[in-house]
Amino acid sequence: MNGGPLDLLAQMGILAVTPGMVFMWVVAGLLLYLAIAKQFEPLLLLPIGFGILVANLPLTGLMEPGEGLIWRFYHYGLQWEVIPPVIFLGLGALTDFGPMLARPSLIFLGAGAQVGVYITFFVARLLGMTLPEAATTGIIGGADGPTTIYLATRLAPHMLGSCAVAAYSYMALVPIIQPPVMKLLTSQAERAIVMKKSRKVPKLERILFPIVATLVTVLVVPASAPLMVMFMLGNLFRESGVVERLSGAAQNELMNIVTIFLGLSVGATMNAATFLQPKVIFIFILGLLAFAVSTASGVLFAKFMNLFLKDKINPLIGAAGVSAVPMSARVVHQVGSEANKKNYLLMFAMGPNIAGVIGTILAAGVFLSMLK
Amino acid sequence: MAEEVLAPMVGKILKIKIKPGDAVQEDDEIIVMESMKLETSVHAPCSGVVKEIKVSEGDRVEEDDVLAVIE
Repeated sequence: MNGGPLDLLAQMGILAVTPGMVFMWVVAGLLLYLAIAKQFEPLLLLPIGFGILVANLPLTGLMEPGEGLIWRFYHYGLQWEVIPPVIFLGLGALTDFGPMLARPSLIFLGAGAQVGVYITFFVARLLGMTLPEAATTGIIGGADGPTTIYLATRLAPHMLGSCAVAAYSYMALVPIIQPPVMKLLTSQAERAIVMKKSRKVPKLERILFPIVATLVTVLVVPASAPLMVMFMLGNLFRESGVVERLSGAAQNELMNIVTIFLGLSVGATMNAATFLQPKVIFIFILGLLAFAVSTASGVLFAKFMNLFLKDKINPLIGAAGVSAVPMSARVVHQVGSEANKKNYLLMFAMGPNIAGVIGTILAAGVFLSMLK
Repeated sequence: MAEEVLAPMVGKILKIKIKPGDAVQEDDEIIVMESMKLETSVHAPCSGVVKEIKVSEGDRVEEDDVLAVIE
Protein backbone atom coordinates (compact mmCIF):
# COMPACT_ATOMS: atom_id res chain seq x y z
CA MET A 1 0.00 0.00 0.00
CA ASN A 2 2.63 2.49 -0.97
CA GLY A 3 1.32 5.25 -3.18
CA GLY A 4 -0.76 2.77 -5.16
CA PRO A 5 -4.26 3.56 -6.39
CA LEU A 6 -5.74 1.55 -3.50
CA ASP A 7 -4.06 3.90 -1.05
CA LEU A 8 -5.71 6.90 -2.67
CA LEU A 9 -9.03 5.10 -2.49
CA ALA A 10 -8.60 4.44 1.22
CA GLN A 11 -7.99 8.12 1.81
CA MET A 12 -11.16 9.15 0.06
CA GLY A 13 -13.67 10.44 2.53
CA ILE A 14 -16.66 9.02 0.78
CA LEU A 15 -15.91 5.48 1.99
CA ALA A 16 -15.79 6.60 5.62
CA VAL A 17 -19.20 8.26 5.66
CA THR A 18 -21.47 6.89 8.39
CA PRO A 19 -25.29 7.08 8.56
CA GLY A 20 -24.94 9.41 11.57
CA MET A 21 -22.97 11.85 9.44
CA VAL A 22 -25.57 11.81 6.73
CA PHE A 23 -28.21 12.58 9.34
CA MET A 24 -26.13 15.56 10.49
CA TRP A 25 -25.89 16.78 6.89
CA VAL A 26 -29.68 16.90 6.93
CA VAL A 27 -29.64 18.86 10.20
CA ALA A 28 -27.07 21.23 8.69
CA GLY A 29 -29.15 21.59 5.54
CA LEU A 30 -32.24 22.39 7.61
CA LEU A 31 -30.44 25.15 9.54
CA LEU A 32 -28.98 26.58 6.33
CA TYR A 33 -32.45 26.55 4.80
CA LEU A 34 -33.97 28.30 7.81
CA ALA A 35 -31.17 30.87 7.81
CA ILE A 36 -31.22 31.62 4.09
CA ALA A 37 -34.83 31.11 3.01
CA LYS A 38 -36.61 32.04 6.25
CA GLN A 39 -33.97 34.44 7.60
CA PHE A 40 -34.07 32.83 11.03
CA GLU A 41 -31.17 34.48 12.91
CA PRO A 42 -29.06 34.13 9.75
CA LEU A 43 -25.98 35.78 11.26
CA LEU A 44 -25.59 32.83 13.59
CA LEU A 45 -27.52 29.94 12.08
CA LEU A 46 -25.78 30.21 8.71
CA PRO A 47 -22.22 29.73 10.02
CA ILE A 48 -23.51 27.19 12.57
CA GLY A 49 -25.21 25.19 9.83
CA PHE A 50 -22.10 25.21 7.68
CA GLY A 51 -19.98 24.29 10.70
CA ILE A 52 -22.20 21.26 11.35
CA LEU A 53 -21.90 20.20 7.72
CA VAL A 54 -18.11 20.31 7.56
CA ALA A 55 -17.62 18.82 11.03
CA ASN A 56 -19.43 15.75 9.78
CA LEU A 57 -17.25 15.12 6.77
CA PRO A 58 -14.93 12.19 7.48
CA LEU A 59 -11.12 12.30 7.62
CA THR A 60 -10.87 16.08 7.39
CA GLY A 61 -9.34 16.52 10.84
CA LEU A 62 -10.98 19.96 11.05
CA MET A 63 -11.94 19.38 14.68
CA GLU A 64 -8.87 17.28 15.57
CA PRO A 65 -7.64 18.58 18.95
CA GLY A 66 -4.34 20.39 18.63
CA GLU A 67 -4.37 20.28 14.84
CA GLY A 68 -7.65 21.05 13.16
CA LEU A 69 -8.38 24.49 11.77
CA ILE A 70 -11.85 24.83 13.29
CA TRP A 71 -10.67 23.20 16.49
CA ARG A 72 -8.22 26.11 16.83
CA PHE A 73 -11.04 28.63 16.37
CA TYR A 74 -13.00 26.70 18.98
CA HIS A 75 -10.10 26.35 21.40
CA TYR A 76 -8.78 29.91 21.31
CA GLY A 77 -12.16 31.53 20.82
CA LEU A 78 -14.51 29.56 23.03
CA GLN A 79 -12.50 27.37 25.38
CA TRP A 80 -10.34 30.34 26.21
CA GLU A 81 -13.59 32.23 26.81
CA VAL A 82 -12.69 35.09 24.52
CA ILE A 83 -15.49 35.35 22.00
CA PRO A 84 -18.65 35.64 24.16
CA PRO A 85 -17.19 38.50 26.23
CA VAL A 86 -16.08 40.26 23.04
CA ILE A 87 -19.61 39.91 21.67
CA PHE A 88 -20.89 41.47 24.87
CA LEU A 89 -18.57 44.42 24.33
CA GLY A 90 -20.34 45.01 21.03
CA LEU A 91 -23.78 44.47 22.55
CA GLY A 92 -22.95 47.03 25.23
CA ALA A 93 -22.05 49.55 22.56
CA LEU A 94 -25.33 48.78 20.78
CA THR A 95 -27.54 48.96 23.85
CA ASP A 96 -29.43 52.04 24.90
CA PHE A 97 -30.15 51.70 28.59
CA GLY A 98 -32.32 54.82 28.43
CA PRO A 99 -35.71 53.05 28.49
CA MET A 100 -34.66 51.11 31.58
CA LEU A 101 -33.20 54.12 33.40
CA ALA A 102 -36.32 56.12 32.60
CA ARG A 103 -38.29 53.74 34.82
CA PRO A 104 -35.88 51.84 37.04
CA SER A 105 -38.66 49.76 38.62
CA LEU A 106 -38.82 47.89 35.29
CA ILE A 107 -35.52 46.26 36.25
CA PHE A 108 -37.55 43.90 38.43
CA LEU A 109 -39.33 42.61 35.33
CA GLY A 110 -35.99 41.59 33.90
CA ALA A 111 -35.45 39.60 37.07
CA GLY A 112 -39.00 38.18 37.07
CA ALA A 113 -38.44 36.60 33.69
CA GLN A 114 -35.44 34.63 34.96
CA VAL A 115 -37.85 32.35 36.87
CA GLY A 116 -38.08 30.17 33.76
CA VAL A 117 -34.33 29.62 33.89
CA TYR A 118 -34.47 28.24 37.43
CA ILE A 119 -37.67 26.22 37.01
CA THR A 120 -36.22 24.58 33.93
CA PHE A 121 -33.02 23.92 35.86
CA PHE A 122 -34.96 21.98 38.49
CA VAL A 123 -37.11 20.13 35.95
CA ALA A 124 -34.01 19.13 33.98
CA ARG A 125 -32.38 17.90 37.18
CA LEU A 126 -35.47 15.83 38.00
CA LEU A 127 -35.33 14.32 34.53
CA GLY A 128 -31.89 13.00 35.30
CA MET A 129 -29.53 15.60 33.88
CA THR A 130 -26.40 16.37 35.87
CA LEU A 131 -26.30 19.74 37.67
CA PRO A 132 -24.05 21.42 35.05
CA GLU A 133 -26.21 20.05 32.23
CA ALA A 134 -29.40 21.22 33.91
CA ALA A 135 -27.98 24.71 34.42
CA THR A 136 -26.90 24.93 30.80
CA THR A 137 -30.35 23.83 29.63
CA GLY A 138 -32.09 26.27 31.95
CA ILE A 139 -30.12 29.27 30.76
CA ILE A 140 -31.67 28.81 27.30
CA GLY A 141 -34.76 30.39 28.88
CA GLY A 142 -32.78 33.60 29.30
CA ALA A 143 -32.89 33.80 25.50
CA ASP A 144 -29.40 35.12 25.36
CA GLY A 145 -27.16 33.43 22.80
CA PRO A 146 -23.68 34.47 23.94
CA THR A 147 -24.52 33.82 27.61
CA THR A 148 -25.82 30.35 26.75
CA ILE A 149 -22.68 29.62 24.76
CA TYR A 150 -20.46 30.95 27.52
CA LEU A 151 -22.11 28.88 30.23
CA ALA A 152 -22.22 25.74 28.09
CA THR A 153 -18.51 26.03 27.28
CA ARG A 154 -17.67 26.26 30.96
CA LEU A 155 -20.12 23.74 32.40
CA ALA A 156 -21.17 21.24 29.75
CA PRO A 157 -19.10 21.56 26.56
CA HIS A 158 -20.66 18.41 25.09
CA MET A 159 -24.00 20.25 25.01
CA LEU A 160 -22.67 23.46 23.50
CA GLY A 161 -23.87 22.95 19.94
CA SER A 162 -27.36 21.75 20.82
CA CYS A 163 -27.94 24.48 23.40
CA ALA A 164 -26.74 27.19 21.04
CA VAL A 165 -28.96 25.94 18.25
CA ALA A 166 -31.92 25.65 20.63
CA ALA A 167 -31.34 29.17 21.98
CA TYR A 168 -30.98 30.79 18.58
CA SER A 169 -33.85 28.94 16.94
CA TYR A 170 -36.22 29.74 19.79
CA MET A 171 -35.13 33.36 19.64
CA ALA A 172 -36.16 33.37 16.01
CA LEU A 173 -39.45 31.81 17.09
CA VAL A 174 -40.17 34.40 19.80
CA PRO A 175 -43.02 35.90 17.72
CA ILE A 176 -44.67 32.47 17.73
CA ILE A 177 -43.85 31.23 21.24
CA GLN A 178 -44.62 34.33 23.27
CA PRO A 179 -47.98 35.76 22.11
CA PRO A 180 -50.16 32.78 23.14
CA VAL A 181 -48.65 32.79 26.64
CA MET A 182 -49.04 36.57 26.89
CA LYS A 183 -52.66 36.51 25.76
CA LEU A 184 -53.54 33.63 28.04
CA LEU A 185 -52.41 35.52 31.12
CA THR A 186 -53.82 38.98 30.38
CA SER A 187 -57.27 40.40 29.73
CA GLN A 188 -58.09 42.60 26.75
CA ALA A 189 -58.34 45.57 29.11
CA GLU A 190 -54.91 44.92 30.58
CA ARG A 191 -53.33 44.63 27.15
CA ALA A 192 -54.91 47.94 26.16
CA ILE A 193 -53.35 49.86 29.07
CA VAL A 194 -51.53 52.92 27.74
CA MET A 195 -48.54 53.69 29.89
CA LYS A 196 -47.61 57.08 31.23
CA LYS A 197 -44.82 58.80 29.35
CA SER A 198 -41.34 58.11 30.65
CA ARG A 199 -39.05 60.83 31.87
CA LYS A 200 -36.04 61.93 29.85
CA VAL A 201 -32.80 60.43 31.13
CA PRO A 202 -30.01 63.00 31.61
CA LYS A 203 -26.62 62.30 30.05
CA LEU A 204 -24.80 62.13 33.38
CA GLU A 205 -27.04 59.26 34.49
CA ARG A 206 -26.36 57.40 31.26
CA ILE A 207 -22.61 57.73 31.75
CA LEU A 208 -22.69 56.77 35.41
CA PHE A 209 -24.91 53.74 34.85
CA PRO A 210 -22.35 51.35 33.30
CA ILE A 211 -19.84 52.22 36.02
CA VAL A 212 -22.28 51.84 38.91
CA ALA A 213 -23.86 48.73 37.41
CA THR A 214 -20.42 47.10 37.06
CA LEU A 215 -19.61 47.80 40.69
CA VAL A 216 -22.94 46.55 42.01
CA THR A 217 -23.29 43.40 39.91
CA VAL A 218 -19.67 42.27 40.03
CA LEU A 219 -19.38 42.85 43.76
CA VAL A 220 -22.48 40.71 44.31
CA VAL A 221 -21.87 37.99 41.71
CA PRO A 222 -18.12 38.02 40.88
CA ALA A 223 -18.47 35.05 38.52
CA SER A 224 -20.56 37.21 36.20
CA ALA A 225 -17.57 39.53 35.69
CA PRO A 226 -16.23 38.41 32.27
CA LEU A 227 -19.52 39.07 30.48
CA MET A 228 -20.66 41.94 32.66
CA VAL A 229 -17.52 44.08 32.53
CA MET A 230 -17.28 43.81 28.76
CA PHE A 231 -20.99 44.61 28.38
CA MET A 232 -20.67 47.70 30.54
CA LEU A 233 -17.40 48.85 28.97
CA GLY A 234 -19.08 48.71 25.56
CA ASN A 235 -21.93 50.79 26.94
CA LEU A 236 -19.52 53.31 28.43
CA PHE A 237 -17.90 53.63 24.97
CA ARG A 238 -21.33 54.48 23.64
CA GLU A 239 -22.61 56.84 26.29
CA SER A 240 -19.38 58.75 26.97
CA GLY A 241 -19.60 60.12 23.43
CA VAL A 242 -15.82 60.64 23.27
CA VAL A 243 -14.70 57.31 21.75
CA GLU A 244 -17.07 56.93 18.84
CA ARG A 245 -14.43 54.99 16.90
CA LEU A 246 -14.10 52.38 19.63
CA SER A 247 -17.86 52.18 20.01
CA GLY A 248 -18.24 51.72 16.26
CA ALA A 249 -15.49 49.11 16.08
CA ALA A 250 -16.98 47.15 19.00
CA GLN A 251 -20.49 47.01 17.57
CA ASN A 252 -19.58 46.54 13.92
CA GLU A 253 -16.21 45.21 12.78
CA LEU A 254 -15.15 43.42 15.96
CA MET A 255 -18.53 41.86 16.61
CA ASN A 256 -18.93 40.75 12.99
CA ILE A 257 -15.49 39.16 12.96
CA VAL A 258 -15.93 37.16 16.13
CA THR A 259 -19.45 36.15 15.10
CA ILE A 260 -17.94 34.29 12.14
CA PHE A 261 -15.62 32.28 14.38
CA LEU A 262 -18.32 31.78 16.99
CA GLY A 263 -20.90 30.38 14.59
CA LEU A 264 -18.49 28.17 12.71
CA SER A 265 -16.92 26.63 15.80
CA VAL A 266 -20.21 26.18 17.67
CA GLY A 267 -21.59 24.36 14.64
CA ALA A 268 -18.47 22.22 14.34
CA THR A 269 -18.93 20.88 17.89
CA MET A 270 -22.08 19.14 16.69
CA ASN A 271 -20.89 15.82 15.38
CA ALA A 272 -23.09 12.77 15.11
CA ALA A 273 -21.72 11.23 18.31
CA THR A 274 -22.62 14.18 20.57
CA PHE A 275 -25.80 15.22 18.82
CA LEU A 276 -27.62 11.96 18.22
CA GLN A 277 -28.50 11.30 21.86
CA PRO A 278 -31.86 11.28 23.64
CA LYS A 279 -30.61 14.12 25.83
CA VAL A 280 -30.64 16.47 22.87
CA ILE A 281 -34.41 16.06 22.51
CA PHE A 282 -34.70 16.97 26.19
CA ILE A 283 -32.65 20.10 25.57
CA PHE A 284 -35.02 21.25 22.87
CA ILE A 285 -38.19 20.46 24.83
CA LEU A 286 -36.86 21.97 28.05
CA GLY A 287 -35.51 25.02 26.22
CA LEU A 288 -39.00 25.66 24.88
CA LEU A 289 -40.42 25.21 28.37
CA ALA A 290 -37.86 27.67 29.70
CA PHE A 291 -38.93 30.29 27.13
CA ALA A 292 -42.62 29.86 27.88
CA VAL A 293 -42.21 29.89 31.67
CA SER A 294 -39.98 32.96 31.52
CA THR A 295 -42.58 34.75 29.42
CA ALA A 296 -45.33 33.77 31.84
CA SER A 297 -43.39 34.72 34.95
CA GLY A 298 -42.49 38.10 33.46
CA VAL A 299 -46.15 38.87 32.71
CA LEU A 300 -47.33 37.65 36.11
CA PHE A 301 -44.65 39.66 37.85
CA ALA A 302 -45.79 42.78 36.00
CA LYS A 303 -49.38 42.12 37.15
CA PHE A 304 -48.09 41.70 40.69
CA MET A 305 -46.26 45.03 40.49
CA ASN A 306 -49.48 46.67 39.30
CA LEU A 307 -51.05 45.88 42.67
CA PHE A 308 -48.74 48.45 44.19
CA LEU A 309 -48.26 51.00 41.42
CA LYS A 310 -50.28 54.15 41.01
CA ASP A 311 -49.42 54.49 37.32
CA LYS A 312 -50.29 51.05 36.03
CA ILE A 313 -47.84 49.32 33.72
CA ASN A 314 -49.04 47.24 30.82
CA PRO A 315 -48.40 43.66 31.98
CA LEU A 316 -47.38 42.65 28.46
CA ILE A 317 -44.04 44.36 28.91
CA GLY A 318 -43.17 41.73 31.52
CA ALA A 319 -42.81 39.28 28.65
CA ALA A 320 -39.94 41.38 27.33
CA GLY A 321 -37.92 40.38 30.39
CA VAL A 322 -37.00 37.40 28.23
CA SER A 323 -33.88 39.00 26.94
CA ALA A 324 -34.19 38.28 23.24
CA VAL A 325 -33.28 41.87 22.32
CA PRO A 326 -35.13 43.43 20.64
CA MET A 327 -37.40 40.62 19.41
CA SER A 328 -39.46 40.25 22.57
CA ALA A 329 -39.90 44.01 22.85
CA ARG A 330 -41.22 44.05 19.29
CA VAL A 331 -43.61 41.18 20.04
CA VAL A 332 -44.88 43.03 23.10
CA HIS A 333 -45.40 46.13 21.01
CA GLN A 334 -47.36 44.23 18.39
CA VAL A 335 -49.60 42.41 20.84
CA GLY A 336 -50.19 45.70 22.65
CA SER A 337 -51.15 47.57 19.52
CA GLU A 338 -53.54 44.80 18.51
CA ALA A 339 -55.42 45.50 21.73
CA ASN A 340 -55.31 49.27 21.39
CA LYS A 341 -54.16 51.05 18.27
CA LYS A 342 -52.90 54.01 20.27
CA ASN A 343 -50.64 51.83 22.36
CA TYR A 344 -46.93 52.17 21.63
CA LEU A 345 -45.16 49.80 23.98
CA LEU A 346 -41.88 49.36 22.12
CA MET A 347 -39.80 51.76 24.17
CA PHE A 348 -41.38 50.71 27.47
CA ALA A 349 -40.71 47.08 26.63
CA MET A 350 -37.06 47.82 25.92
CA GLY A 351 -36.62 48.52 29.65
CA PRO A 352 -37.31 44.99 30.92
CA ASN A 353 -35.76 43.63 27.73
CA ILE A 354 -32.36 45.11 28.56
CA ALA A 355 -32.78 44.40 32.25
CA GLY A 356 -33.36 40.80 31.17
CA VAL A 357 -29.91 40.68 29.57
CA ILE A 358 -28.34 41.75 32.85
CA GLY A 359 -30.57 39.27 34.69
CA THR A 360 -29.45 36.39 32.46
CA ILE A 361 -25.76 37.26 32.88
CA LEU A 362 -26.28 37.24 36.65
CA ALA A 363 -28.19 33.95 36.50
CA ALA A 364 -25.27 32.45 34.57
CA GLY A 365 -22.87 33.89 37.14
CA VAL A 366 -24.85 32.31 39.96
CA PHE A 367 -24.76 28.91 38.22
CA LEU A 368 -21.02 29.26 37.68
CA SER A 369 -20.28 30.10 41.28
CA MET A 370 -22.47 27.24 42.52
CA LEU A 371 -21.29 24.59 40.12
CA LYS A 372 -17.73 25.40 39.16
CA MET B 1 -60.18 72.64 16.90
CA ALA B 2 -56.82 71.45 15.57
CA GLU B 3 -55.14 68.39 16.99
CA GLU B 4 -51.46 67.61 16.57
CA VAL B 5 -50.26 64.16 15.64
CA LEU B 6 -47.21 63.45 17.81
CA ALA B 7 -44.47 60.92 17.18
CA PRO B 8 -45.05 58.09 19.67
CA MET B 9 -41.33 57.30 19.82
CA VAL B 10 -38.01 58.07 18.18
CA GLY B 11 -37.60 56.68 14.71
CA LYS B 12 -37.65 57.30 10.99
CA ILE B 13 -40.63 58.25 8.85
CA LEU B 14 -41.08 55.47 6.31
CA LYS B 15 -44.31 56.38 4.59
CA ILE B 16 -46.82 59.19 4.71
CA LYS B 17 -50.26 58.05 3.66
CA ILE B 18 -52.04 61.40 3.79
CA LYS B 19 -51.77 64.78 2.13
CA PRO B 20 -53.06 68.17 3.19
CA GLY B 21 -56.79 68.40 2.61
CA ASP B 22 -57.45 64.68 3.08
CA ALA B 23 -60.32 63.68 5.32
CA VAL B 24 -59.32 61.09 7.93
CA GLN B 25 -61.24 59.02 10.46
CA GLU B 26 -60.04 58.45 13.99
CA ASP B 27 -57.70 55.41 14.15
CA ASP B 28 -56.93 55.51 10.41
CA GLU B 29 -53.33 54.62 9.68
CA ILE B 30 -51.82 57.89 8.48
CA ILE B 31 -48.06 57.48 8.82
CA VAL B 32 -45.77 54.47 8.99
CA MET B 33 -42.59 54.89 10.95
CA GLU B 34 -39.70 52.66 11.77
CA SER B 35 -38.17 52.36 15.18
CA MET B 36 -35.54 49.77 16.06
CA LYS B 37 -36.19 48.03 12.73
CA LEU B 38 -39.87 47.62 13.62
CA GLU B 39 -42.51 49.21 11.43
CA THR B 40 -45.08 51.01 13.50
CA SER B 41 -48.25 52.67 12.29
CA VAL B 42 -49.22 56.06 13.58
CA HIS B 43 -52.99 56.40 13.76
CA ALA B 44 -55.12 59.51 13.53
CA PRO B 45 -55.94 60.77 17.03
CA CYS B 46 -59.27 62.20 15.85
CA SER B 47 -61.44 62.50 12.76
CA GLY B 48 -61.02 65.59 10.63
CA VAL B 49 -59.18 67.14 7.72
CA VAL B 50 -55.40 67.12 7.41
CA LYS B 51 -54.27 70.70 7.72
CA GLU B 52 -50.55 70.36 7.59
CA ILE B 53 -47.86 67.69 7.38
CA LYS B 54 -44.65 68.67 9.12
CA VAL B 55 -42.33 65.81 8.13
CA SER B 56 -41.35 64.06 4.94
CA GLU B 57 -40.47 60.45 4.21
CA GLY B 58 -36.99 59.55 5.45
CA ASP B 59 -36.96 62.15 8.24
CA ARG B 60 -35.70 61.15 11.66
CA VAL B 61 -38.00 62.24 14.45
CA GLU B 62 -37.78 62.41 18.23
CA GLU B 63 -40.53 61.38 20.60
CA ASP B 64 -43.32 63.98 20.71
CA ASP B 65 -42.23 65.78 17.54
CA VAL B 66 -45.26 67.09 15.71
CA LEU B 67 -45.82 65.00 12.59
CA ALA B 68 -49.02 66.54 11.27
CA VAL B 69 -51.96 68.69 12.26
CA ILE B 70 -55.56 67.52 11.85
CA GLU B 71 -58.47 69.93 12.02
